[in-house]
Amino acid sequence: MAKRIENTGEPVQFTFDGQTVMAQPGDTVAAALTAAGIDILRSSVVSGSPRGVFCMMGTCFDCLVEVDGVPNRQACQIPVTEGLTVCSQQGAPDVLEASA
Amino acid sequence: MTQLSPMQPTKVDVAVIGAGPAGMAAAVTASKAGLSVALLDEGQSLGGQIYRNIEHGTPFRDGILGPDYVAGRSLAESLRASDVTYLPRTSVWNISTDNMLDLSRDGSSSQLIADKIIVATGAVERPSPMPGWTLAGVTTVGALQILLKASGVVQEDAVLVGSGPLMWLVAAQMISAGTPPKAIVETTPKGRMAQAMPHILKALKGHRYLTKGLSMMRQVRGAGVPIYNAATDIRINGHEIAESVTFVSKGKEHTIRSSHIALHQGVVPNQQVTRLLRCDHKWDASQHCFRPVLDGQGKTSVPDVYVAGDGAGIGGAKSAALMGRLVALAIAQEKGKAAPERVYRLQAALASDGAVRPFLEAMYAPAPQFVKPAKETIVCRCEEVTAGAIEDAVDLGAPGPNQVKSFLRSGMGPCQGRVCGLVVSSIIAERRKASMDETGYYRIRPPLKPIPLSELANFQPLEVAQK
Ligand SMILES: Cc1cc2nc3c(=O)[nH]c(=O)nc-3n(C[C@H](O)[C@@H](O)[C@H](O)COP(=O)(O)OP(=O)(O)OC[C@H]3O[C@@H](n4cnc5c(N)ncnc54)[C@H](O)[C@@H]3O)c2cc1C
Ligand code: FES
Repeated sequence: MAKRIENTGEPVQFTFDGQTVMAQPGDTVAAALTAAGIDILRSSVVSGSPRGVFCMMGTCFDCLVEVDGVPNRQACQIPVTEGLTVCSQQGAPDVLEASA
Repeated sequence: MTQLSPMQPTKVDVAVIGAGPAGMAAAVTASKAGLSVALLDEGQSLGGQIYRNIEHGTPFRDGILGPDYVAGRSLAESLRASDVTYLPRTSVWNISTDNMLDLSRDGSSSQLIADKIIVATGAVERPSPMPGWTLAGVTTVGALQILLKASGVVQEDAVLVGSGPLMWLVAAQMISAGTPPKAIVETTPKGRMAQAMPHILKALKGHRYLTKGLSMMRQVRGAGVPIYNAATDIRINGHEIAESVTFVSKGKEHTIRSSHIALHQGVVPNQQVTRLLRCDHKWDASQHCFRPVLDGQGKTSVPDVYVAGDGAGIGGAKSAALMGRLVALAIAQEKGKAAPERVYRLQAALASDGAVRPFLEAMYAPAPQFVKPAKETIVCRCEEVTAGAIEDAVDLGAPGPNQVKSFLRSGMGPCQGRVCGLVVSSIIAERRKASMDETGYYRIRPPLKPIPLSELANFQPLEVAQK
C-alpha cells in the first residue's frame, strides 16, 4: 500500500473515472493516484491489458490518461489542479501528432 | 526582458536543455561569462533527477534523502541569482538545422533560436525486460524515488529487483522514511567482484563513493531487509496487477508476494535529443550504452551542439555539474568572452570524481538475462513486441532496429523506443553476431513527444532576458 510520509499543504481535489481523489499541492496526477492506491490507469493498445505508472519521469508513456477531455496526457507530468477531470484510457485513442 | 511578436522567434546566445546539475551549472557559468542564456526543462521545477524538487524540500524529506541531495540547493540558488531565463514545464520537441528549437509550454508552442545549444538531458533507467514487467504495479526503482522526492509518497510492500548504486540508495532512503523494502532481489551475477577488482586501486581515489556505497548496504542489512543474491529466472506473476515475483537464488526457487515490484539496472544516457540532431554516437563497451561522440570540450559532431552531464555518458551528479561548467567555458571562449574560472581546475576535478567509475561499471554491468531476454518476454512495452518476434524478424532479413521497427512496430509507440531501444539493438546484434556500432539504434524523428495540433495553432512568444 502507498502511504504519505507528510502533508505539505491544503488538499486539492480531482476526479478519476468519476471517483473523487485527494491530492497534495505539487502532486502530479500519477503521484496522487498512486497515493490513493489506484495502480491501473489504462489498457494497452495491442492486447488491452491493464497498465499503470512505470517510470514516473515522462519516459515510458505507460501512464497515458485523458485529462479534461484531452487524451494521451502523461499523468506523471501533469500537476493536479482543483477540479481536474481525469479518465482512464482504453486502447489507442486517435493520436493528435504534429507531422513536423 | 525583450518580447518579440508572434511568429518571430526569440534569440539567445545559448539554449540549455535540461535543468539538472549539468544544465544548471552550464547556464550559470555561461551567464557569468556575459552570454544570454535560456534554460529549458519539461519538469515542474529545477533540479533534474538527483535534485528533483530541491527548492520545495521540507526538513523532514531532506533528512531522508541525505546530504548529497541537499547539496543541490546551492546550485539552484546560484541559478536563481543569475541572469539566466529559466523556463520550467517547457518541452523541447524539435530542433531544426538552423538551431531553431520548437518548444511546448502550458498548452502552447513557441520557438527559440540559439547560437549554441547545450544538451543536458541526463539519463534514463536501463530497461529490465522480464516476464510480467508490463503488469500494473511494476515500476522502476527510480519511480519510487520520484514519488518520495516530489510527493512524499512511499510504497510499504515494495520488492526491489535489480542491481546498482541507485537501487541501494533508494532502499536506504526508504528505510530512513520508515518503510523498508519488503525484500531486495539482487541480480548482480556471481564473479563480478573478481572482474571489478583490477579497478579497485583507481577506485580508492574516489573512496568517498565506495564508503557511501558500503554504508548504504550496511544500513539495508542492518534494517533486516531480506536480500537474495545473484537472482536469475525472474518473473512477475499476476492477473491484472502484479501479485508476486518468482526467481532462483542459490539454486532455490523463491516467490515473494507483493503488488509493488520495482526494477533497476542502472542508468544510461538519454539519447533522444542527440539522436534527433543526428550527432555521431559510439557504443561504450564499459558502460554498455551508446554515447554521443564528443571532443574534450563537450562538442558533438554537429556544429553548435554540445552535451554535458549523464547524457554524455554516466558520470554522476558532481561530474555532470563540472562538465556543464567546462562546456559553458568552451562556448564563452569561442564567443570571445573572458572565462570566469580556470579550465584545468575543472578538468582535474572531473578526473578525480570519475575514478570510481570503471570499478562500478565492471561490478554492475547488466546481467545477461536483461541484455538478451527470454523469447516470450515483451521488450517493446508500447507495441507489445516480444524478444522472440525480434529474433524472427532478424532471421527474415531485418538488418537493424529501423527495419525491425517497420516489420513489427517496435519503437513506433508513443515512447519512441526510449525504453526498449538498447535491448532491441542488443538482441539484433547478438542474433546477427554484429557489433553494437554496426547494428546502431532507432532513428529518432520529431516531434519528440506527441503534440496536439491545437497547440501548434496557439503560438506564444517567449520572454527571455537579453544581455
Ligand atoms: C529516476 C532517476 C533518479 C536518479 N536519482 C539519483 C540520485 O538520487 N542520486 C544520484 O546520485 N543520482 C541519481 N540519478 C542519476 C542521475 O543521472 C544523476 O547523475 C544526475 O541527475 C545527472 O544530472 P544531469 O544534469 O546530467 O541530468 P538530469 O538531472 O537527469 O536532468 C536532465 C533534465 O533534462 C530534462 N529534459 C530531458 N529531455 C528534455 C526535453 N526534450 N525538453 C526539456 N527538458 C528535457 C529533464 O526533465 C531533466 O530535468 C538518477 C537518475 C534517474 C534516471
Ligand atoms: S510513468 Fe512513464 S511516462 Fe509517465
